[in-house]
Amino acid sequence: MKSTAHAFKANANRALKDDQLQQALAKAKDGFVLKRAKAFEHYPEFERLREHGKRIKDHTLAHLDHYLERFEEQVKARGGHVHWAETEQEAREIIVGICRKHKARSVTKGKTMAGEEVSLNEAIEEAGIEAVETDLGEYIIQLAKEPPSHIIAPAVHKTRQQISELFDTHHHKGALKAKLREVPELVNEARGVLRSKFLASDVGITGANFLVAETGSMFLVTNEGNGDLTHTLPPVHIAIAGIEKLVPRMEDASALLRLLARSATGQDASCYTTMVTGPKREGDPDGPEEFHIVLLDNGRTRMLGNQFREMLRCIRCGACMNHCPVYSAIGGHAYGWVYPGPMGSVLTPMFVGLDGTKDLPNACTLNGRCQSVCPVKIPLPSLLRDLRQQQFEAGLVGKSTRWGLGIWGFFARRPGLYHWASGLGMRLLGRLGRRRGRFSSLPMAGAWTGSRDFPAPQGKTFHQLWKQRKESGQ
Amino acid sequence: MTENRSSSAGKRVGLFPTCLVDLFRPSVGFATVKLLEDAGYSVDVPDGQTCCGQPAYNNGDDERARGLARQVIEAYRGYDYVVVPSGSCGGTIITHYSEMFRNDREWQDAAMELAGRTWELTRFLREVAQVESLQANYTGKVTYHDSCSGLRELNIREQPRQLLTGVTGLELREMADTDVCCGFGGTFCVKYPEISERMVSNKVENIRQTGADTLLAGDLGCLMNMAGRLQREGVPVKAYHVAEILAGIDDTPAIGEGETR
Repeated sequence: MKSTAHAFKANANRALKDDQLQQALAKAKDGFVLKRAKAFEHYPEFERLREHGKRIKDHTLAHLDHYLERFEEQVKARGGHVHWAETEQEAREIIVGICRKHKARSVTKGKTMAGEEVSLNEAIEEAGIEAVETDLGEYIIQLAKEPPSHIIAPAVHKTRQQISELFDTHHHKGALKAKLREVPELVNEARGVLRSKFLASDVGITGANFLVAETGSMFLVTNEGNGDLTHTLPPVHIAIAGIEKLVPRMEDASALLRLLARSATGQDASCYTTMVTGPKREGDPDGPEEFHIVLLDNGRTRMLGNQFREMLRCIRCGACMNHCPVYSAIGGHAYGWVYPGPMGSVLTPMFVGLDGTKDLPNACTLNGRCQSVCPVKIPLPSLLRDLRQQQFEAGLVGKSTRWGLGIWGFFARRPGLYHWASGLGMRLLGRLGRRRGRFSSLPMAGAWTGSRDFPAPQGKTFHQLWKQRKESGQ
Repeated sequence: MTENRSSSAGKRVGLFPTCLVDLFRPSVGFATVKLLEDAGYSVDVPDGQTCCGQPAYNNGDDERARGLARQVIEAYRGYDYVVVPSGSCGGTIITHYSEMFRNDREWQDAAMELAGRTWELTRFLREVAQVESLQANYTGKVTYHDSCSGLRELNIREQPRQLLTGVTGLELREMADTDVCCGFGGTFCVKYPEISERMVSNKVENIRQTGADTLLAGDLGCLMNMAGRLQREGVPVKAYHVAEILAGIDDTPAIGEGETR
């Protein structure tokens, strides 16, 4: 996917002024936060399980080469095909190649963020093949020709009114005059449209939530059952997954599943949890004739060798963005690439590069709420700060910040001079603001005073007053 | 006057006033001094320090941050305790200094030794000074904002509330989302003023919903941000640092209030 992260500020400011978006975000935020909190209220093991989840992932990442090979062997032993994609281009070529080989005309898709990462839909459509998203949210944004704005709720930025209008345009040619419709009505309508697509599909493409090395299985978690219809109905199933989705054993996947659903939607378990192990076997009532798994690197191995390895623990629950006050204010599209919110602000610079994503690590107050809810304890604020440090070293920090830090640092490292100069400055500012106690505007402080008053200093600095107190012998 | 059961006699506290308190609101520093002295500690403030270095650290300028950290480590050698009326600056000293020196064993040891003596004010009062009751009065309906660094890096949550129950006349009203960031975030608020404005507006709305007439918090940065927005929106809520109320210094004009209101 092409990044617009370089335009973060403009994207964010547009989002702040978008009333429909703000309405949708306000509604979504509390739901996610409350549901998650409630789920863990009845799950006292959470803290221990988090630590366990972290260890499972850390162990797997430390021995990723071993487990990847094991996984490949197991998939092959069960009659499946394993493909290695180092880049997004390779992933596209592999998948389009399989579709072509089977002379596919129509492809149904379960939601896959790895697929978004490699711009899979565009590649399939360029090859003259229809690609139909079957996750309701993903289907909605496909109609709207937009990327997802959230990793588990791709259309969370859309209001019911907007969805009614989209369905009216695409399903009824505008005949309903964009009447606001109830949720069940919209869901049933999408279900009807998608049913015929499922039945006509030549290839089903899904993501994968976990890959199990010991059995060559993959887990697929959905709430709509669309993942199952995507993988069982067409003759060919292709799954695409980042290499960090691996876990050693079945029970490790089981432990992480407990964390995933609760963290993501506040459910004990998602409505559908599907385990796929190879293609249809003899005697199986259904399932694909062929099973392919595309293991995507796309920059992940680069992260294995440094502190950003911790980010590869991510199980894509979305809790960090649900609890991020910045995400709640601007929504996912402002971040400009596949992954939004705190996890995206770490991943996007990793995948897209430091330059062109400069705002992402900075547009964060380092308040730490994301880390406190992360089911695998990723230290997101530290990683964001580390990216700021890399930006600073690479000379990517703006002149005003650099100069500001330089001047401030010059004084701050010279306490005598600092106390003298700040004493003078505060006396002046204190005198100017004494009557009203604050300023509604101040030269050079427009970024503050544009939206809030600036409290005036009390006048003398603490150090001056402390010196006075000591001299007077109190 | 404070009752306490600890053996504070003769213990020396080095107060780290924080740069914002030093520059903008010395009354918070003196309130802290009063609370510590009432608890039986002798308090001093070394000259040779200015700021903990967090602005540099959070902007990725590690070299400059380390310079300031060394300055703080040097200035506060020898005190039994170092007390900070801020979870943010406290968090920098307690949790981040040792990270800054991860490639410098000698300074990392010094950083960790300092971290072992350094306390955020309300936690110090509860857990070291073991302050049980205060003789302070404040007539008002108060809501308390949990500043993020204190809350998540230093586990400051119950301590200020426990101390506030000892203030006669004070009624605490919890706001919704009290643990959600106010949008200050150091330089964040001026780098992304529009996003910050939305965040602080949400906070102001939550404060307003409580019907409180006073806002308290343990960090001056967050307080200046929230007070500034409350005043811009014309919401009649006074903002004080929690130390000021605990020390009974409410005759000082609230943050952003002048001689004429």
